Amino acid sequence: MSHDVLDRLRSLLGPASVSRDPDGVPRAVPDSTDAVAATLRLVDESGWRVRLEGHGSWVPPDASADLALTTRGLDRIVTVHPADLVATVEAGVPMDVLRRRLADDRMWLALDPPGRPERTVGSIVATATAGALRGGFGPVRDHVLGCTAVTGDGRVIRPGGTVVKNVAGYDLTKLQVGGFGAFGVLTTLHLRLRALPAADVTLLARAPRDHLTSVARDLADAGVQPQALELLSPAVSAESEWIMAARCMGSAGGVAGDLARILDTADLAWNELDVERAHAFWHLVTHAGSGAAMTVRLGVLAAGLDELLDLVGQHLDEGLIWAGASQGGMRWAGDAAPEHLRTLRHLAAEREVPLTLERAPWAVRQAVGHFGAYREGVGPLVAQLREVFDPTSRFVVALGGVEP
Amino acid sequence: MSPALAAELGRIVGPRWVRFRPAELAAYEADGLPTHASRPALAVIPGTRHELIETIRLLHLASVPFVARGAGTGLSGGALAGKDAVLVVLTRLNRILHLDPVRRRAVVEPGVVNARLSEAALPHGLYYAPDPSSQSACTLGGNVAENAGGPHCLKYGVTTNHVVALEVLLPNAELVRLGSRSSESWGPDLVGLFVGSEGMFGIATEITLRLEPLPAAVRTLLAAFPSIRAASEAVSGIIAAGIVPAAMEMMDQACVRAVEASIYAAGYPTDAAAVLLVEVDGTAEAVQGEADLVEALLTRHRATEVRTATTAVERARLWQGRKKAFGAMGRISPDLAVQDAVVPRSTLPDILDRVAAIAAHYRLNVANVFHAGDGNLHPNISFDGRDPDMVARVHAANHDIMHACLAVGGSITGEHGVGSDKLAYMPDAFDADTLGAMRAVREVFDPSSRANPGKVIPYHACREWRRGGAV
Repeated sequence: MSHDVLDRLRSLLGPASVSRDPDGVPRAVPDSTDAVAATLRLVDESGWRVRLEGHGSWVPPDASADLALTTRGLDRIVTVHPADLVATVEAGVPMDVLRRRLADDRMWLALDPPGRPERTVGSIVATATAGALRGGFGPVRDHVLGCTAVTGDGRVIRPGGTVVKNVAGYDLTKLQVGGFGAFGVLTTLHLRLRALPAADVTLLARAPRDHLTSVARDLADAGVQPQALELLSPAVSAESEWIMAARCMGSAGGVAGDLARILDTADLAWNELDVERAHAFWHLVTHAGSGAAMTVRLGVLAAGLDELLDLVGQHLDEGLIWAGASQGGMRWAGDAAPEHLRTLRHLAAEREVPLTLERAPWAVRQAVGHFGAYREGVGPLVAQLREVFDPTSRFVVALGGVEP
Repeated sequence: MSPALAAELGRIVGPRWVRFRPAELAAYEADGLPTHASRPALAVIPGTRHELIETIRLLHLASVPFVARGAGTGLSGGALAGKDAVLVVLTRLNRILHLDPVRRRAVVEPGVVNARLSEAALPHGLYYAPDPSSQSACTLGGNVAENAGGPHCLKYGVTTNHVVALEVLLPNAELVRLGSRSSESWGPDLVGLFVGSEGMFGIATEITLRLEPLPAAVRTLLAAFPSIRAASEAVSGIIAAGIVPAAMEMMDQACVRAVEASIYAAGYPTDAAAVLLVEVDGTAEAVQGEADLVEALLTRHRATEVRTATTAVERARLWQGRKKAFGAMGRISPDLAVQDAVVPRSTLPDILDRVAAIAAHYRLNVANVFHAGDGNLHPNISFDGRDPDMVARVHAANHDIMHACLAVGGSITGEHGVGSDKLAYMPDAFDADTLGAMRAVREVFDPSSRANPGKVIPYHACREWRRGGAV
C-alpha cells in the first residue's frame, strides 16, 4: 500500500521530488501550490499523516508521520513592487535570500526573527516568530497581507490580497500566521515591505537587570520609542552582565532626536555601535539561541517583566533570554523537561501571560503543545477550526497538548 | 415576528427598549449607505451586558436571526436587518470599564463612541489611534466588526492592530474570551479572525484596546498640485524616502471645491487639481527633520504651494475640510454614495482617470477624497435617490469602479466592509474554495447562520466544504 502511494507520488511530482529523510520517512518536495494540493489530495485518499517542514532549521523535522512535506521547493520570489512596497514570495524562500533581493531595491521586510539565516519565510509566518523589531514594526501578523494555503484535503484558499489595506471577507490569513501549519500549508505570502531607513543606530548599555528595566520605564514615560529596546541576558550577548540594546531607525533627523533623548533620559553609560559592529551584534543576538533544543515565548507586558523574568529563572533557567523592555514580550531558549514547561505555563497563565512553545523536540511538543491554557470557550472553537482546514486530521501538529 | 417574543424581550430589557412600531423602526431602516434600506421586525436596546446575554439567549432558543448595530454610521449596509430579524442596538452599552495608563490598555463596552475613548485617555497623555471620519459618532464595537480605518491608520494601523482581547457572545449565547492583554495570544489568533467579521461571528461584549502615547510634536503640511498624477508621485516619493507619515490624504478638485463652497471651508486652493495633506508626528526633533524632508519632496514633485501648520488651531483648520468632506459633498445633492476600494498605490493616477471616465459614461458627478498613503479610494457619487434611473446608474458605476480596482490587483473594500453593498462582488474577489472556507469558518462560530444573515459571503458562490467528524 505505502509503496503504491509513493509510486503515485513520484509520478505526480517527478522522481527527484520524492526522497527520504535520515530516518527513512518519505519526503515530498513539491515546487508549486498545485503540486502541494495534489500531494495532499493523494495523502488524504491514502490515509497518511503528514508533517510540514521548511528547511528544518527552526521546528525540528522530527514528528512521527507517514510523509514529510517540505516547502523548500517553493523557493521563488514571485513579484517585488518597489513603488507599492509589496512582495509576493513562495513560502520556502530563505529569509536571507529575500533580504538580499529586497535590499537591491532599498527595501526590507521589517522582521528580525530568531533562527538561522536560511530559515524560510513560511516558517517565520507559520510560527509567528518575531524578533526585537516587533516593538517598532509590529508582530509578524502586521507584515502579511494575504496568502495562499492548502488544506489537509488538498484545497487551495487565497485569503487577503496584495494591497496594504483590505477588509474584504473574513481575515483567514490571521489564522495561518502563527497557526503552526494546523490550518494549512502556506505556499505563497503577500508581504508588506518598508523602505530601508536612512539612519539605523544601535546603542548598548550594561547594568544589573533591575536597573535596566527601570530605565526602560523612564524612557517609555519620556515618550522615547526606539524601534527595538531589547533586554538581553548575559548568555545571549556573551557578556558578564545583562544588556539593554536600543535600535533607532528612520530619518536622520528623527534618529538623531531619539538618540539625544535616550542619552538625556537614561542614567546609563551607553555605547554607540558603528554600522559593522551593530550588524554583527544583532546577528549574534538573533542567532544566539539556534543551538538550544527549545524556545518559548511569553506574552508579557513591560510592566510585568521583572516578575516574569524571576519566574522564568526559577522554573527554567536564566540562560538565553530576550525581552522587550518597553513593548513587552519575552523569549527563552534552552532545555527543559515538559513538566517544568507546563508548570511555567500554568503560573504565567495565572498572571494573564500566555506561553507559546515555539520549537522543541517532537516528544516535548507532543507533551506540552505549542499552545495551552486556553481561555473560556476557546478550545472547542480551535478544534472545530482545525476540522475546517484539515477535515481528516492529515497534519501532524501538536497545537495544544497531546495529539489524538 | 411573534408578539410573544416582543413581550419576552420587553421583560428582559424593559418594554420601552423594545421598538416595533413602524415610526420607531424607520430610524433603523438604513445605516450610512443611502442605496440600501430594510426594516427589521423589531429593535431591542439592552442596557447591560446581562440584558444583552439574555436577549441573545432568547433569540437562540427561538431560532430568530439578529443583527448587531452600533451607531448606524456604517457605509456598507452591514447593520441592516430584514423583516424576519431582530436588530440588537448596542448604544446603551457605552461604558469605559477600565483604563490602565501604565499598561496603556482600555477595556470598553461595544457601544462606546470612538472619540470618547481618546477624550478619556487624554489626561494620561494617551489616545486611541484609529480615527474613522465618523469617530465622533461611530462605536468601538462597530469599529471591531468592520475593522475600521481612518486617516491616521497609515502609520498606526487599523482597528485590528489595536485590539488585543475580546469577550465575545456567540450566537448561541455562550461567552468566549479571545486574546490577552499583550499582543500574544493564548492560541491561534482568534482576535485577528474576529475583527472584521462584520457581526457574523457574534457580538463583542468587552473590547480590550491598546492606547498610544500622544506624540510630543505634530506638523501638518498642505500641498497643492497641478495634477493628481503629480500628487500621487509625491506620495510615492515620501514613502520611498523611508518616511511613514501619520497621515497622507488627498482630495481632488471637485472635492476641494465642494469643501470650499460649504461652511467647512478651510482655505484650500480651489484652482489646484489635487490637494495633499501630510501629517508627521513624533519627537520634536524627528518632526522637524521629517517635515523639512517632506516639504522638499513635495516641492520636488511639482507642488505649486506648500503650507505648514504647527499649532493645534492651524492644524485643525487644515484638517477641517478633509474631515468634513463627506458632509460638504452631501449638500450638493440629496444623496451621496461614499465608495470604498483599494488599489496598489502606484496605480492611483490611472485608476482615478478610470473613475472619472466611468462617472462621465454614466453621467454622474464624482468627487474623490482618499487615503493616498495606502491607496484607499473613496470616490463619492452625488445623486438623487428619488430618481430610479439615476440610482441604477450609480449601481452600474459602482460595479465598474469595483472591477477596475480588482483588475489592477486591488480590493473591493479597505475599511467600510462588504456588508450588503459589496456582496455581489465577492465572487470576483475570491474563488469558490476561499469563499467556501470563509463560510465554513463562519459556521464554526454560528452554525445556524443567524448572526447578521445574508452579509459578506454569497452562499451560492461557495464551493461545498467538507468538515471533519467528531468535535
